Amino acid sequence: MTRPGVAVGEGMGAHAYVAVELGTGGEPSAAHHLAGVRAVAHSGADLVLWADSFVPPDPAEPPTLDAVAIAARVAPVVPGIGLVPTVTVTHTEPFHISKAIATLDLVSQGRAGWQVAVSRTEEEALLFGRKPAAPPALLWQEAAEAVEVVVRLWDSWEDDAVIRDVATGRYVDRDRLHYIDFVGEFFSVKGPSITPRSPQAHPLVVVRDEPDALPVVARWADVVRVAAPDLAAAHTAREQVRAVVTGAGRDPDAVAVLLDVTPEGPDPVEAVRVGAADGVTLLGGPDAALVARLDELGLRRPVAGSATLRERFGLPRPANFFAEAHR
Amino acid sequence: MSKKQIHLAAHFPGVNNTTVWSDPESGSQTDFASFVHFARTAERGLFDFLFLAEGLRLREHRGKIHDLDVVGRPDTLTVLNAIAAVTEHLGLGGTINTTFNEPYELARQFASLDHLSGGRAAWNLVTSSDAFTGENFRRGGFLKPEERYDRAQEILDAATALWLSDREPVKFESAQFTFAGRFTLPPTPQGHPVLIQSGDSNEGREFGARTADAIFSRHGTIAAGQAFYQDLKGRMPRYGRRPEEITILPATTFALGDTEAEAQENAERVRREQVSPQTAIAFLEQVWGRDLSAYDPDGPLPDVEPDAGATITRGRVRHEKDPVAVATAWRELAAAKGGLSIRELIIETTARQSFVGTPKQVAAQMDEYVQQDASDGFILVPHLVPGGLDEFVDKVIPELQDLGSFRTAYTGPTLRDHLGLERP
Repeated sequence: MTRPGVAVGEGMGAHAYVAVELGTGGEPSAAHHLAGVRAVAHSGADLVLWADSFVPPDPAEPPTLDAVAIAARVAPVVPGIGLVPTVTVTHTEPFHISKAIATLDLVSQGRAGWQVAVSRTEEEALLFGRKPAAPPALLWQEAAEAVEVVVRLWDSWEDDAVIRDVATGRYVDRDRLHYIDFVGEFFSVKGPSITPRSPQAHPLVVVRDEPDALPVVARWADVVRVAAPDLAAAHTAREQVRAVVTGAGRDPDAVAVLLDVTPEGPDPVEAVRVGAADGVTLLGGPDAALVARLDELGLRRPVAGSATLRERFGLPRPANFFAEAHR
Repeated sequence: MSKKQIHLAAHFPGVNNTTVWSDPESGSQTDFASFVHFARTAERGLFDFLFLAEGLRLREHRGKIHDLDVVGRPDTLTVLNAIAAVTEHLGLGGTINTTFNEPYELARQFASLDHLSGGRAAWNLVTSSDAFTGENFRRGGFLKPEERYDRAQEILDAATALWLSDREPVKFESAQFTFAGRFTLPPTPQGHPVLIQSGDSNEGREFGARTADAIFSRHGTIAAGQAFYQDLKGRMPRYGRRPEEITILPATTFALGDTEAEAQENAERVRREQVSPQTAIAFLEQVWGRDLSAYDPDGPLPDVEPDAGATITRGRVRHEKDPVAVATAWRELAAAKGGLSIRELIIETTARQSFVGTPKQVAAQMDEYVQQDASDGFILVPHLVPGGLDEFVDKVIPELQDLGSFRTAYTGPTLRDHLGLERP
């Protein structure tokens, strides 16, 4: 079903988001990855995502670098564009993820995001040797805890925690630092983070839609990526995301649903124009012509070069969970 | 080849009371601009490498987060990758704890930094067994203290196997790690990152002699430096290594002035800033093991005896051995110096600057230290962010160059080139 004439991305403002997903493979050099990101920025896209996992590529294939490392390496020298590496939560400590993404936000002046993913394979489990591969439902239950820990740690410092009060000799006001005291089924984390609250406070959380990921989508995602074979399926996927977000007590208009663009899938411009998606994710590299078509249709609004990634998505800087809870 | 050359590392001032935050010239401890300024100054001064420390839990004092010193820092590896974008030659060293990381992930992160920086990465391996820090991590404080160096060695062996695997399958088994698979990256521009070690125990020295490319020490006088230097380098032949394969860098502070008197004044002013009245009491409480907040920092030492069994500061190493003996010695020292106050006593007993003087004098002192084999150089620990290195680079580096003891240009692209190390 299509809805011609319906305002695009209800509530998000008339902007069709364009993401480009790159890999972490290729010649393992700054020059190679800088060229890729600069091409994406030049195409007019809003953000670059990096797919990444611990799965070793076949030796005949190019080697893969750590996605956060690439994002941090390009951040100071490629302005404007959002930088969203994948970090898997299955084998990685949420404490480390939290400070790494907060720091990416710091070095990019508020342009960081985090694409949440799980490690599904036995091959990856063997690289760590701590636990066997688990089914997706279990992986995403664990992921829900990891994401909660990461986001709570982002709030464990209030913005004005550093006071530098010479009279009392205090550098920091410890009443504005918070133990998160997270206790879950899978792990517990005390906090606070060692890293102060970042420019965006909460870097953009991106999740790929799949059935077992819906609880994480509902509670934590700012951007949801969906795949759909046709316009009707895209529309249904978007409605489902909006429904679970609403069900979790959040505003569905604060969550953008981006359609993965594939050769077999629906026309991306049409999907956005009819309101079956709030934007698109290009998997085959940047596409300046597509951005130009969206521009011509008036589906994109100008974004200030200094905008944070949240501002680009029309999202406010979030209130602090702990400050709210303690006041 | 003429004179022995000095190697220099620059420690970004951070979470300890060496860093003065109350000075009007103190800037943000966490803004990226502060890191950029500091790193570019080090590179302008042709330093071997920049160094970032790490602590994975905020320190606590008397059950609460310690609020008197700088608190908070960004993620080490992420900052180093970003600094790689704004520097060209400077080595990029960071502390990463081996206890709360797995070898595969860590090896990939450090290999990524080395690839993306064109061969400038260095890893300071530390291992902690404390359950206090463990509360921030999945496995908690699982490591027995006596297994610390086993873990360090095993994780290093595992990482090295992956780094040098050329993407061929690796099967690794040790007491603490069992894993198998291929690495995602080829050997890095440096072969693998430069390895730094900083433990001073017998085990730490043995580990360093066997594995390290650089060692951070904390031996102040020339005699103490020489003793450490000879001891450490004397252990290397057992592992088939030559003395020049390790660069020994003691942690070093400095105060400069246009005249010697001005330098002394600056040194004293900084030391007063480093030991605020509240900091003096907190130091005292670490030894006494009890609440001393009712005492006047400008008054005499407490009459009460220390509680020898108590540990009231967590998240840092307690160096004091016997609190009662320390208290007795401090009382004697305070009396001998004409009745020092608590704050004056703490200023007196905490470390003073390693080198104080005019730029020419400081350069001469540093050169003498290195030429007499008390070290191979220094890791400088300035007291200010972001400008703590500025004056040193502007004034002392040219003096060291005039002495013929310090490079006038980088001679290669990688940190191994700066340190004169061969590719593994």
